Amino acid sequence: MQAFVFSRLVRALVTVFLVLSFSFVILRMSGDPAMMIMSADAPPEAIAAFRQSWGLDAPLWEQYLGFFRNLVLGNFGYSMRDRSPAMELVLQHIPATLAITLPAFFLKIAIGIPAGVYAALHRDSMVDRVVMGLSVVGHTIPSFVLGLVLVLVFAVNLGWLPSGGSTSWQHAILPIATLSLGGAAVLARFTRSAMLEVMGQPYIRTASAKGLTWGAVVRGHALPNAAIPTLTIIGFMVGHLIAGAVVVESVFSWPGIGRLLVTSVANRDLAVVQCLLLLVAGTMVLSNFAVDMLYGWIDPRLRNGHAAGSAA
Amino acid sequence: MSAVHPIDIAAQRRGGRTRRLLRWLRAYPPLVVLCVVWIVVMLFLAVFADALAPFGYTQLDLLARLSPPAFAGGPAEHWLGTDELGRDVLSRLLVSIRISILVAFLGTLLSASLGIFLGLLAAHFRGRVEQLVLTLVDFQASMPFMVISLAVLAFFGNTLLLFILLMGFYGWERTARVTRGLTIAANEQGYAAAVADVGASPWRIYTRHVLPNIASTLIVGVTLTLPEVILLESSLSFLGLGVQPPMTSLGNMVGYGREYLQAAPWMLLAPSAVIVMTAFSVSMVGDWLRDRLDPTLR
Repeated sequence: MQAFVFSRLVRALVTVFLVLSFSFVILRMSGDPAMMIMSADAPPEAIAAFRQSWGLDAPLWEQYLGFFRNLVLGNFGYSMRDRSPAMELVLQHIPATLAITLPAFFLKIAIGIPAGVYAALHRDSMVDRVVMGLSVVGHTIPSFVLGLVLVLVFAVNLGWLPSGGSTSWQHAILPIATLSLGGAAVLARFTRSAMLEVMGQPYIRTASAKGLTWGAVVRGHALPNAAIPTLTIIGFMVGHLIAGAVVVESVFSWPGIGRLLVTSVANRDLAVVQCLLLLVAGTMVLSNFAVDMLYGWIDPRLRNGHAAGSAA
Repeated sequence: MSAVHPIDIAAQRRGGRTRRLLRWLRAYPPLVVLCVVWIVVMLFLAVFADALAPFGYTQLDLLARLSPPAFAGGPAEHWLGTDELGRDVLSRLLVSIRISILVAFLGTLLSASLGIFLGLLAAHFRGRVEQLVLTLVDFQASMPFMVISLAVLAFFGNTLLLFILLMGFYGWERTARVTRGLTIAANEQGYAAAVADVGASPWRIYTRHVLPNIASTLIVGVTLTLPEVILLESSLSFLGLGVQPPMTSLGNMVGYGREYLQAAPWMLLAPSAVIVMTAFSVSMVGDWLRDRLDPTLR
């Protein structure tokens, strides 16, 4: 078990390191930030002073080391626009994002998993076809189209809900609906195929053969085994709590992380984008790590390292 | 008895025909056939966009701004209406289909090539090389691609070439993982060892023997990546960070049309419908191919 935890921990750390290096390389090699922030006709002294104050005149490897030193010291740089601490700016936007992604997360699970399980248990029935049809549609409608259609129907035509903004709880309804419908479709599809695979296994036949009721077979044998692959995708959704609403937030002018990312990208605000990358990478790595640990807890085979490679 | 005989044969023949029809319908469901037709039509429109477009896609007609589609009472020459600058929506739609399909196809092709190449490398060399590839796969899989591509686009600026290259990184990690697994399995089978024994070079073994054997599974995986690239391209263009004006793409049209959601919904409904139906068609055909070709599902 210790070796299992250790190997996953090393992998998580390597991923964080790669993300950091990636962001450093992207941010530093892509052009001269001094020229991007200051206008082209700025006096050369001003540009030189800017470079010095941001440490852009040092050799690249020194900047790379300094980059890590600053991160360890908790110094994440300042927004190049208004000089406010970048991490603070990013953290301020988190509650707004969680206010729509968390309810959407629970709705996805509440809709997607029962729908998938039901469809699998009643394979080829009418309900199964409808659920699968809806899930393909849900999977292929991009969130901005779904969001705009909902706005067109519920805000423009019916006038029941506001179309964008964030001043009341009614404003959150359409973004949450947009996020959860698409996610529920993906989850239902995934749960169904996991369930179908488990239901075809010999141990299900054995359980039925020894006289267990249908309900006991499903509850005691099928669901726990189908939970293992389903966990992966739920873990993935946890990782997306922070960054999964980029498009939806833009559609509904919701003042969260996603909109901050889009505006910072458009303004080329290096420090803020870097903090966002770091934050997103951190949540993804943490949730992947948590899922790995849960796997080890649920499925003893992985703990002992028999199938550790294939679970990745 | 003999009087009934001819009727029996006729009934049998009819039964045979129905059975054959049913078998054909099961092998080629009507929905899948429709999806294939849709894809073919889209490809046709993409290729002949210039010849088919009634107007130039940047041609302004300021007197006919925001006019509704012809079937909704607008002027007859603009079938799908015009946008805020009086540009013909149908002509823009045709050109957008061309650009979006171009980006999606080239992106998917790049991603498939990259994935297959790295997967083969990992399976051939094992050891360090394999560890490196798997680490890269983990890295790619652990970051939301949307965030990575936003960062890249922000800092490298945006040209069509860069955008296509970027799309070429979408989904390579899945192809690489599958290629590696299948190639390792194939290398353990007799035929790869046999051609190696008669002196074939690794290049020949992989291109002539291993790849053709694992191709069906790979093709299915790639068909499932294609609709996702279509959606990613349109999402980024919708955010204004993908294909840049004056060029136009489907997502781009929806993004600009959204300002006029109330006054001129036709501006975004037509491109939205094309995005959804194309992504849907490719997914359906991909699923159908998987059911038919993937031996692990039988």
